[in-house]
Amino acid sequence: MLTERKKLSFKDIINGIGIPTLIIAAFFALILVIAHFYDLSVVTLLSDTVKRAGMNGLLVLAMLPSIQSGTGPNFALPIGVECGLFAMVLAIEWGFTGWGWFGVSVALSIVFAIFVGWAYGKLLNAVKGSEMTIATYAGFAICSFMCIFWLMLPFKSPNMGWFIGQGLRETIQLDAVGADMILNDLFGFWIGEEFYVPTGMLLFFFLCCFLVWLFFRSKSGIAISAVGSSNAFAEASGLNVNKNRVLANIISTILGAIGIIVFSQSYGYLQIYTAHLNIAFAAVAGILIGGATASRAKVSHVIIGVFLFQGLLTSALPVANQIFAGTDLSEIMRMIIQNGFILYALTQVKKGGK
Amino acid sequence: MGERLGSRKALTWAGDNAVTLVFVAFTVFGFMASDLSVGWFLGELMGRLYRNAFLVISLIIPVVAGLGLNFGIVVGAMAGQIAIVAVRFLDIGGLGGLMLAFLLAAPIAVLFGWLTGLLYNKTRGQEMIASLIVGFFANGIYQFLFLFVMGVIIKVPSTHPLIIPSAVGGEYGVGIRVTVDLGAADKGGLKYALDNIAKVPFLYAVIGIAAFILVLQVIRFVRSKKTAGAKVNKMSTIFNMVLCLVVIAVAAYSMSVRNSLSMVAKVPVVIVILIIALCIFTEWILKTKLGQDFKAVGQSQKIAEVSGINVDKTRIIAVIISTVLAAWGQIITLQNIGTLNTYTAHSQVGMFAVASILVGGASTSKATVKQALIGTILFNAMFIMSPEIGQAVFGQALLGEYFRTFMVYGVIGFALGLYVWKANKATKLTIE
Repeated sequence: MLTERKKLSFKDIINGIGIPTLIIAAFFALILVIAHFYDLSVVTLLSDTVKRAGMNGLLVLAMLPSIQSGTGPNFALPIGVECGLFAMVLAIEWGFTGWGWFGVSVALSIVFAIFVGWAYGKLLNAVKGSEMTIATYAGFAICSFMCIFWLMLPFKSPNMGWFIGQGLRETIQLDAVGADMILNDLFGFWIGEEFYVPTGMLLFFFLCCFLVWLFFRSKSGIAISAVGSSNAFAEASGLNVNKNRVLANIISTILGAIGIIVFSQSYGYLQIYTAHLNIAFAAVAGILIGGATASRAKVSHVIIGVFLFQGLLTSALPVANQIFAGTDLSEIMRMIIQNGFILYALTQVKKGGK
Repeated sequence: MGERLGSRKALTWAGDNAVTLVFVAFTVFGFMASDLSVGWFLGELMGRLYRNAFLVISLIIPVVAGLGLNFGIVVGAMAGQIAIVAVRFLDIGGLGGLMLAFLLAAPIAVLFGWLTGLLYNKTRGQEMIASLIVGFFANGIYQFLFLFVMGVIIKVPSTHPLIIPSAVGGEYGVGIRVTVDLGAADKGGLKYALDNIAKVPFLYAVIGIAAFILVLQVIRFVRSKKTAGAKVNKMSTIFNMVLCLVVIAVAAYSMSVRNSLSMVAKVPVVIVILIIALCIFTEWILKTKLGQDFKAVGQSQKIAEVSGINVDKTRIIAVIISTVLAAWGQIITLQNIGTLNTYTAHSQVGMFAVASILVGGASTSKATVKQALIGTILFNAMFIMSPEIGQAVFGQALLGEYFRTFMVYGVIGFALGLYVWKANKATKLTIE
């Protein structure tokens, strides 16, 4: 009797987490074990994992509101990202440094993202049923449009321009404005010699996760989830479907905008032009690996997913280089896992059947 | 009342063809803004047309079968490249080598097409995003094959011209080189293997084709007289005849005064014949039983199923045809370019082909050969023109290059968005 109950609960746990997630987790563990046998420091790999997870966390979190509202993962993440990039560039141009730069960037990016996210939400309402395809191309189009914009901006700050000619540099160093790792180093500390805890960034990520979690327990958050699970049902119970979808995509765009600021400060460089063209796919794969589907997601999926996926990517690179020198095996693995997960999620979408 | 209806009709027409019109305007503006010679422009444009038309036409059948625009032709292009690398690896050149590449590419493309077709059947309603992602996914497997299997699993000596030599000076290399030189066809390579079979001066070709169309139109005109067809039809036939005569006259005049039009590069006859053959094949297959099945499935999978059509199988066949055609199209393109960028040559193929056919006025549910050809011409005109305009208007060619990337993505997003929006509006109207 007792063993049977135990067995059942074990099965429940597996189903609760999801078999795909467990496979990736096992793969991650396997790579760490291999790393250990190849004399690579597992502690350093874990430290890098934490850093990369914190960097990408908000970008993955941005997927949650749009999935919950039924518009699918936010393949138009570059739209939010460009808002964040423009905010950061403006803050540099206006001469802000350090925390002032960070605060102004975040504040500005939220303002931009509200407007842009609203327009993007309206667009998605017009193309119901094909949101994911249109979103992908909307993201690509905005990103390439901004390339023209970066090239023509008449900014004067010596931190951003080319040495000759017009326009902004491809990568802008953030230590020039004293913002390199600014959030990471807030209360940051070393455990031993190899493990660094970027406390500020992690706290910021978990705070945002908590806020989103809280929001989806509020009245408007529940309304969004209701709209996402069934348009007809939500409409019947008096909810404005379109309005809720727009609201969800505004939140998603804001998270994308702040996400790229957190990402850039940790990276130390601000990359513009086409650097972030394909940023959405990694984020989509992140939340899916955490156990989300294209129509349902939880904050726990975000956290599990981002740590597993980024951990896998960070540790696979040195391990693959160690075993098969001269091959690009970790990049190949990234492509297959990332896109494989997105394809798997697409096969689970139960829309537009025969 | 009639006038208002007329103007409304004109507006709807403009709305339906917005993308095409923008591209026509852009090309005209380009000529005004930059000091391009017509001859050079036409030469570039024709070169790109021979290269890309095959790939763009390969999109038509999946559209008719209701799968939308198949970004997955990237997978077909990979099949073509695998065949080319295999042929180069065995060092078989010339026309024979190219034929072997066509032969080899077919079964690989059938396999790939079958697999992607299975996937599209599992992702019904989301085929387009699935086809985009499957291209990325397949790219991973393709790189695994060429960067890992070739070298780590299949040992190849470092001295082989296609292999990246071992970094540590080992006996065996790892991976296929980033750029593979296809070598000249007459020296045992593949470059221009098809192009060089027969070439005709551009203006002769123009006159020949225009004369051919003229004869067709005359026959049609005489026949329509007998059957007393519609007046409009007759008018358009006369218009076409006049157009052919004008083209012939311009070509003959250019030939006599030797202006820049007579400098346009010679026409590779075999490629043009292949493209025309593909156009005829596509039109023909849509008239067969299979083609009718495609149309029925494209209209409504439910009704097709009820009327006894195997929907899943029909869809897979459509994808397989498209993939095989794309593989051959990529081989035609590559033998013209002469070098294979092993890891990037395929990556933009789907995007550019889809943008082209959309510019021609196609949508996710309707595409014709005519739209594919017009679209290829207009899209490539924009592609050639963009850096020139960037240079002439803003003094920066780079700006034009960014602009054309924007146009590619923008066109796809806009045309697809507009189509879905209209379709959604129509279903809403019928429900109400």
